Amino acid sequence: MNNPQTDNFPEGPSFRRALNARYRSASLWQMVFLSALLIAILSLMTLLYTVADGAFGYVAYEYKHDPTEFSSTPLNELGKDELLSILQSNLSAGAFKKLDNEKPMASRSHADLYSLFLERLLQIDTKQIWSMTDSFLHAAEIRAEATHKYPDAQLEFRSWLTPQFLSSPMSSRAEFAGVRTAILGSLWLVGIAILFALPVGTGAAIYLQEYASKNWLTKIIQTNINNLAGVPSIVYGMLGLAIFVRLLEPLTSGAAFGVIDSNGRTVLSAGLTMGMLVLPLIIINAQEAIKAVPDSLRQASFGVGATRWQTVWHHVLPNALPGILTGSILALSRALGETAPLIVVGASTFISVDPSGPFSKFTALPIQIYQWTTRAQPEFHAIAAASIIVLLILLLSLNAAAILLRNRFQRKY
Amino acid sequence: MNPPFDLTKKPRIGESLIQSLLFLAGVLSIFTTLAIVYVLGKEAWLFFGSPEVTFAKFFGGTKWQPGIGQFGIWPLVTSTLVTSSIAMLVSLPLGLSAALFLSEYASPKTRSALKPILEILAGIPTVVYGYFALLFMTPLLQNIFGEQVQVYNMASAGIVMGIMILPLISSMSEDALSAVPRSLREAAYAMGATKFETSLQIVLPAALSGVGAAFIIGISRAVGETMIVAVAAGAGPNFTFNPFQAAETMTGHIARISGGDLSYNSIDYNSLFAIALMLFLVTLVLNLISQRVVERFREKYE
Amino acid sequence: MQNNPPEHTITTKDLSIFYGNFLAVTDVNLNIESRKITAIIGPSGCGKSTLLRAFNRMNDFVPSSHVTGEILLHGQNLYGADIDPVEVRRKIGMVFQKPNPFPKSIYENIAWGARINGFKGDMDDLVEQSLRSAALWDEVKDKLKKSAYELSGGQQQRLCIARTIAIQPEIILMDEPASALDPISTLRIEELMQELKQKYTIIIVTHNMQQAARVSDYTAMMMLTGDSRSGTMIEFSETKLIFTNPRDKRTEDYVTGRFG
Ligand SMILES: Nc1ncnc2c1ncn2[C@@H]1O[C@H](COP(=O)(O)OP(=O)(O)OP(=O)(O)O)[C@@H](O)[C@H]1O
Ligand SMILES: [Mg+2]
Repeated sequence: MNNPQTDNFPEGPSFRRALNARYRSASLWQMVFLSALLIAILSLMTLLYTVADGAFGYVAYEYKHDPTEFSSTPLNELGKDELLSILQSNLSAGAFKKLDNEKPMASRSHADLYSLFLERLLQIDTKQIWSMTDSFLHAAEIRAEATHKYPDAQLEFRSWLTPQFLSSPMSSRAEFAGVRTAILGSLWLVGIAILFALPVGTGAAIYLQEYASKNWLTKIIQTNINNLAGVPSIVYGMLGLAIFVRLLEPLTSGAAFGVIDSNGRTVLSAGLTMGMLVLPLIIINAQEAIKAVPDSLRQASFGVGATRWQTVWHHVLPNALPGILTGSILALSRALGETAPLIVVGASTFISVDPSGPFSKFTALPIQIYQWTTRAQPEFHAIAAASIIVLLILLLSLNAAAILLRNRFQRKY
Repeated sequence: MNPPFDLTKKPRIGESLIQSLLFLAGVLSIFTTLAIVYVLGKEAWLFFGSPEVTFAKFFGGTKWQPGIGQFGIWPLVTSTLVTSSIAMLVSLPLGLSAALFLSEYASPKTRSALKPILEILAGIPTVVYGYFALLFMTPLLQNIFGEQVQVYNMASAGIVMGIMILPLISSMSEDALSAVPRSLREAAYAMGATKFETSLQIVLPAALSGVGAAFIIGISRAVGETMIVAVAAGAGPNFTFNPFQAAETMTGHIARISGGDLSYNSIDYNSLFAIALMLFLVTLVLNLISQRVVERFREKYE
Repeated sequence: MQNNPPEHTITTKDLSIFYGNFLAVTDVNLNIESRKITAIIGPSGCGKSTLLRAFNRMNDFVPSSHVTGEILLHGQNLYGADIDPVEVRRKIGMVFQKPNPFPKSIYENIAWGARINGFKGDMDDLVEQSLRSAALWDEVKDKLKKSAYELSGGQQQRLCIARTIAIQPEIILMDEPASALDPISTLRIEELMQELKQKYTIIIVTHNMQQAARVSDYTAMMMLTGDSRSGTMIEFSETKLIFTNPRDKRTEDYVTGRFG
């Protein structure tokens, strides 16, 4: 068996040379693979930086009216009562009454009245804003530019994310707008969604894991759930629009319960829509959690004469609960960030009244981000950035909660 | 003789009731799908049934303005295609490379440090990506390519969408790569292959169907993605393949029109459902294909 | 080359193999003779595979594993600092317990290894020769483009042997190559080994006593010993001696089936 082919393989030094070339291209490619990850990391950093860049920075602003027109006391020494009387005497009676209806003027805080004073009477006017990077790197140029272009303006380094921003309602002026209404709206939404989706989703998961036999119906249900998880969220919006907003309007508007002057575009409709959207995620997660409960536990329970439901209720569910809750929290954070379906079911574009019940009109954090981002004026981009930070912090705390929960209840078996 | 115990079946009302409730919860998902199909189908039916609309106009026209009787779906479709293609051009190579690194090269420690970053990327709401596209990516593109890049453009929406989809592609591909049995890698090493040759020429081809499934899911995500395009790609249908121009996608169109004051029973309203129906069908088919592929892949290696 | 004294390829000196702190194989000293078949036998878990995989540094892929002592190939220590494991594996091929063809065509299964190793000649020719050497050519010559997964288990295993000899290694390691196969396929592999030993040195791990007796020239007997229950080689000699006149009582018990 003489093999003439042996000579066709490089041997010794020539093989080693070839091998070195192979190693070189290998390490080159390894760099390529690694750089994909670096790009991903860089993108994340850049994204976060872009948001921070927009939320902080120098602002040049003027007041249309001089504070001395209203009061001789220096601005920062104005007390609550003084502010109230200044507002009462300088605002038109109609405007004052409207404000009073929204929230009684007398019961408003000092900060609240002060920002009303700035907004309605002094009429702050933002001339220009600068990004955080520019503000740090070119502070001197910015100062020179501001004094040159806007001699009457004041220049100040501002964080657009303030306690005030969190506690103020919507306003048509970026300087006074806040996200209180939006945060409350988001909480309502997510609350309704989870109230609907958690029990139904857990029930469906229990049915599929513990009761359903392996037949065509079960297979269809399972495939269908997987598919629903992949349906674009905006399609859920269309579903919500047709079903909850229109078809079930008497119920979702509260008309059937005596609420007057309302339509179907309520936080209830939106919350239910969101519930439909996260339902498949909750089912899939709950199924995994239930699957992880060992069979020996069920057998032990059946062995002492328990019925199926007793087994599920006393043994399976308690053990699967941490997993189910973790999954639900993750589903919640998905719901918290979803925007498209809310636009479709009709989140209000401008609303400054906090949602007070399921039949309220609503707005939500991502909706505000969307609206402010799509405005042309840079100061709206700044408050969009500030609300993104709020949203991301909310999401981060939810995820941290999920991780804590997961670690706390690490499986014992 | 009577037995000492009665072992016959007795009705357990509570148990049956609970079981029925659980069953209802289980089949609710089917009703959801049926409702989606019914709702979208009904309104789309009204749309196509209205005398002004013909299939010829719908699939033949390049102008979409239902308000004035122009029903050509193409501008919405092409911009969806352009943004999705850009997104896949970004996310497939990056996601696959990242997956190869994580599954073939990274030590367990590196992997557990890097994966959470991808998970964070995956958890960021898409409206935030929209902000990123409009206020970072577009200025960046304008700096690089100059004037021709419009303020709203498909390129920046597409690229950012690619970044958004990257973690999905990467984690699905990584699953597929690590499902390739060790014996195959050993076979390759025993032939004198380097790690790189093994990963790229043996493991990757063996995992190709799984990677394909990830790619398909990625497309479905890109086609259905709304907020990035609604913020950054432009408002108003525009029949163009130039990625630097503004053009509204199917999802972006639905979001903009339905966000405005829309009267029910108008042709505008119905048309949105026709678009949504197309969207639903396309993503459904893509998802089904991907699921089948993944199932086959699993069978092969289990 | 047929003249005495025998030429040794692999020589081990006080070879011990660890997984982390666990000593899997202790103090193995043996000489593998060129162009002969050496069988490694012994009860399950005694470290046969571990030893075999040390010969072509496959254990490198178990991060916790390391060796002490030496494995010399023509006097070079395979675990020396300047040794490239890829080059070692190119010279010492391996056939695994379960057939593991690549998910490629039959042709590509063979051509791939040759290609990455810089083969310059006629590929079709190489594929044919390798398949012929592995006694598979007649069965697959009409379906070279078909997936290797369409072959039977026995055919797949011969394909794995064919792809190993296609890169012209010096030594072929076989870890229970026939244990997943039916008797007929096993017989074919055994015949094949007799053919291959004209050109290659073969080391085979087997659980099948008859197989070791039938095919091998030398046999190494391994056993778990000592308090640490780590595997070591208790006897190494010509196969006929091991099976007819073992020096060690434990070997005798094992090969006659009285081990327990
Ligand atoms: N990757 C590994 N990590 C840790 N320990 C291992 C590993 N592989 C094998 N071992 C241990 O080393 C010892 C020897 O294993 P090895 O697989 O070499 O035995 P064997 O003789 O081939 O057994 P068998 O006949 O069952 O194949 C065993 O105790 C095993 O548990
Ligand atoms: Mg073994």
